[in-house]
Amino acid sequence: MAMQVKLSGVKADYQLGPIRSPLVLNGVDLTLSSGSLTAVVGHTGAGKSSLLKMLNGLLLPTEGEVQVGDATIKPNHSKKALKEIRKKVGMVFQFPESQLFAETVEKDISFGPLNFGFSRDEVLKRAYEAAMQVGIDPEGGMMEKSPFTLSGGQKRRVAIAGILAMDPDILVLDEPGAGLDPAGKKEILTLIQSWHKTRNLTTILVTHDMEDVVRYADNVVVMEKGKVVMHDTVYNVFADVEKLAEWHLDLPDARRLQLKIEHETGKQLPGVCLTPEELADALIEVGLV
Amino acid sequence: MNKLILGRYFPGESVLHYMDPRAKLLAGFIFIFIVFLASNWQTLALLTSFTFFVMCLSGVSFKVYLRGVRPLIWLILFTVFLQVLFRSGGTVYFDWGPITISHNGIINGVYIFFRFVLIIFFTTVITLTTKPIELTDGIYFLLSPLEKLKVPVDEIALMLSISLRFIPNLLDETQKVMDAQRARGTEFGEGSLLKQMKTLVPIFLPLYESSLNRAEDMANVMEVRGYQSGLTRSNFRRLTWHTKDTLALVTMALLTLGLLLLQ
Ligand SMILES: Nc1ncnc2c1ncn2[C@@H]1O[C@H](COP(=O)(O)OP(=O)(O)O)[C@@H](O)[C@H]1O
Ligand SMILES: [Mg+2]
Repeated sequence: MAMQVKLSGVKADYQLGPIRSPLVLNGVDLTLSSGSLTAVVGHTGAGKSSLLKMLNGLLLPTEGEVQVGDATIKPNHSKKALKEIRKKVGMVFQFPESQLFAETVEKDISFGPLNFGFSRDEVLKRAYEAAMQVGIDPEGGMMEKSPFTLSGGQKRRVAIAGILAMDPDILVLDEPGAGLDPAGKKEILTLIQSWHKTRNLTTILVTHDMEDVVRYADNVVVMEKGKVVMHDTVYNVFADVEKLAEWHLDLPDARRLQLKIEHETGKQLPGVCLTPEELADALIEVGLV
Repeated sequence: MNKLILGRYFPGESVLHYMDPRAKLLAGFIFIFIVFLASNWQTLALLTSFTFFVMCLSGVSFKVYLRGVRPLIWLILFTVFLQVLFRSGGTVYFDWGPITISHNGIINGVYIFFRFVLIIFFTTVITLTTKPIELTDGIYFLLSPLEKLKVPVDEIALMLSISLRFIPNLLDETQKVMDAQRARGTEFGEGSLLKQMKTLVPIFLPLYESSLNRAEDMANVMEVRGYQSGLTRSNFRRLTWHTKDTLALVTMALLTLGLLLLQ
């Protein structure tokens, strides 16, 4: 079951000992509709990770509120109620393999669901389902291995499975492809997308790769200095070339090539081309090839 | 995690920030010894006012210092209790076998409490106003006479500076792992003691693993960059002794004298 996420006037900072950091979220208003897959882009330090932490109460707002489904996170939220929210919001941190700790892959994947009070049988079933989903064959003896003996890519999969096994309604991922080889990254994002579709989740994904945005997302949130400066469909965001240049954000390769061709030939191509196929079609349409 | 301030550096512009770390370290050592000279209320008052003066000089708010004491408060109270319960002498208020609460016991408890707190305040002033790397340079310098006795001072200093260098990383990483396990439904600081201890495993194991990895990377990098133990190295950072450093040590000497006179 998918859920809506809504942030209204959210401000937040970090407490470092006795000092408070400057606001890392400075008045964020954002509504993510139920069932959407949203990519969050922006520079390092723009507040993307902080925005994600806001969604399951790891960072509490100092002002404003966050609605997750029918629950609301407010400043001074009680700890008890956060657990209910965390059960619904599955959060995959950046480099999630650093959270693995159990003796076996199976125990590590089961850790989350057990904490949230599912029965042993239920947990086992979910752990196997999630392992299958991330491409770890439960029959191949993988479940009994120590997670520390796995390769980097496999560790990442196990860590993600540990979140999927919680069967969250909202899936939040902080640069899930970071540090992987292109093939591994593509595989992981594809499996996330398919889980998103089959489970009908609301998914939020931070990425630096605009190709990923085109390939997997349907909405884009652009963050800049603790604010959401743009929230629109992928098509509309990449249509606004000037704004993106102003924020020093990249374009997808096809779009960049399109602009170059338009500049060199002086001809306007129809529409916004986000993939090589779309660009090829547009070129054929105006008769440039 | 972020609440622990003992051993943290606060960037600032105070006089203390610009003092030579050797002077600060020496002053710290002297202070720890002379705290034991505070055995009547005059000496205690003198030492307390001196400590407050130094705390004011650091330009860091008192709240920060109080936070520094908080994690140690149980240790302090425990020691104070032992003093109160087992010291005898003077009027006895309560007597039960080996346990007596007497006038001297209570007085001693009060002194112990103040000594503890003053030492914590004073050492916190030093760590708050001195960069960790300067501290190690200072320690290196002060230990270097031991090189004559074949103590590997160089290596000790290097180990110290590497450890200090990685404390912030370790704290950050701890925060991250805790957040990740929280997101997986762990609740820290709740339930029975056994339950709380169990929540530590999912934090310490990942931290242990990443620390080992980092240590190995570090060792490799050092080797690749030509590090060899036992060689003489020149120092990139130079320590310079100013008049104010001499003045600080003179002040410490005067303070010691004052305490001896008031005793
Ligand atoms: N745990 C933390 N403590 C203090 N400051 C932090 C912490 N995490 C992030 N910040 C600060 O918050 C700002 C936003 O960081 P972050 O949300 O991680 O941005 P992004 O993910 O877009 O790179 C940065 O200036 C960063 O230094
Ligand atoms: Mg980030």
